[in-house]
Amino acid sequence: MKIAIIKYAAGNVRSVTYALKRLGIEPIITDDFNIINQADKVIFPGVGEASSTMELLRKTKLDQLIPTLKQPVLGICLGMQLMCKHTEEGNTDGMGIFDLNVKKFKASSEFTVPHMGWNEVTPTQSLLFTGIPNNSHFYFVHSYYAEIGINTSGTTEYIQPFSSALQSGNFYGVQFHPEKSAQSGQILIENFLKL
Amino acid sequence: MLKKRIIPCLDIHEGRTVKGVQFVQLQDAGDPIAMGAKYAAEGADELVYLDISATIEGRNTFLHLVDQIAKEIDIPFTVGGGINQVGTVYDLLSAGADKITINSSAVKDPNLIDNIAKQFGSQCLVVAIDAKYIDSDWKVFTHGGRQLTEKSLYTWAKEVEDRGAGEILFTSMDHDGTKGGFAINALKKLQEVVSLPIIASGGAGKMSHFEDLFTQTPINAALAASIFHYNEIPIQNLKEYLQLKNIPIR
Repeated sequence: MKIAIIKYAAGNVRSVTYALKRLGIEPIITDDFNIINQADKVIFPGVGEASSTMELLRKTKLDQLIPTLKQPVLGICLGMQLMCKHTEEGNTDGMGIFDLNVKKFKASSEFTVPHMGWNEVTPTQSLLFTGIPNNSHFYFVHSYYAEIGINTSGTTEYIQPFSSALQSGNFYGVQFHPEKSAQSGQILIENFLKL
Repeated sequence: MLKKRIIPCLDIHEGRTVKGVQFVQLQDAGDPIAMGAKYAAEGADELVYLDISATIEGRNTFLHLVDQIAKEIDIPFTVGGGINQVGTVYDLLSAGADKITINSSAVKDPNLIDNIAKQFGSQCLVVAIDAKYIDSDWKVFTHGGRQLTEKSLYTWAKEVEDRGAGEILFTSMDHDGTKGGFAINALKKLQEVVSLPIIASGGAGKMSHFEDLFTQTPINAALAASIFHYNEIPIQNLKEYLQLKNIPIR
């Protein structure tokens, strides 16, 4: 099985690579359109700031390639957010694969921002969560969240309920970091590889 | 619901975990990767690795170690120790660290906070603050607690937040090593001043100290070292204890 990790200035490429290697899979880290097109699965990682990252994707035209992919694609964290319509971070237009907007969490005396640490995900309907017990924890670190909408496939509560997992056809997105979420994260990645 | 975090801290010297008193009389406490993997398996929520090597060789060993940790361990980890430029941050994050922590270098050049946050995002930047209560004020210290600065805890913490840090690691030097409990009042006040996540450090000696921290303050994370290294409090027992006290724990 050929797994492509989209190569750009995302902070967690190494962690995602190692998570796959722990499963015995040697991913290809690439920005080559042909290799990405021919891969069985594509992972679109992401850690960093939205507007500069989107700018980078535009420069390399990856923003045009990704929405045309036909195989299962998994966006992680900022990767997922940039697959949405728009994010308040740097007032940035995303790729519009998910019909949702991304907004900033409002901090209060009760809730610190970023939302940082382990939180539960309630899956609504997704093959990604097969075999993962309800109330399992995943690791989050983010200040912006995707609203709940038509593409929501998992929700999490922090300040308000938000989309922690999304799906639209062959496109999947998770707000948390499966590559850093111990056993539950490993099962989720295995589920994605089985799609 | 977001869970409270328990974070073991490992001091690394020339590639080994060590435990010492004021950076002298270093004792070997074990292999950093084996220890980290054990803590992760026991339910640690994150790990912190601080490099206290004084040599270039030691620092290179540490960079290699960061790569090995990322390879072996499937929970988030923060690294720090002597980081004073953006290039080093890049090296450590590229090697697979999730977050980096700076302390003395941020006090010396606060712009470093802005620069790191801008380039790599706030989510990867933990600013550590060591402070001691002197003449009714929490004074900030640098260089492993050896150097008194002009800064005061609360104003410095606010500045750190405004400049773009994603998290604050506060160590009370008055409580550190005493095993008499966390600096509850200072932590309470600190969380009123900043809306960033705060990691409490210094003073953990008993399981009830973690309970006190999590019930008497809104603080979300607690860090400790020797009580975990010498198995005085196994992480699994601590988490079971906190769960029984109805504290949200993974």
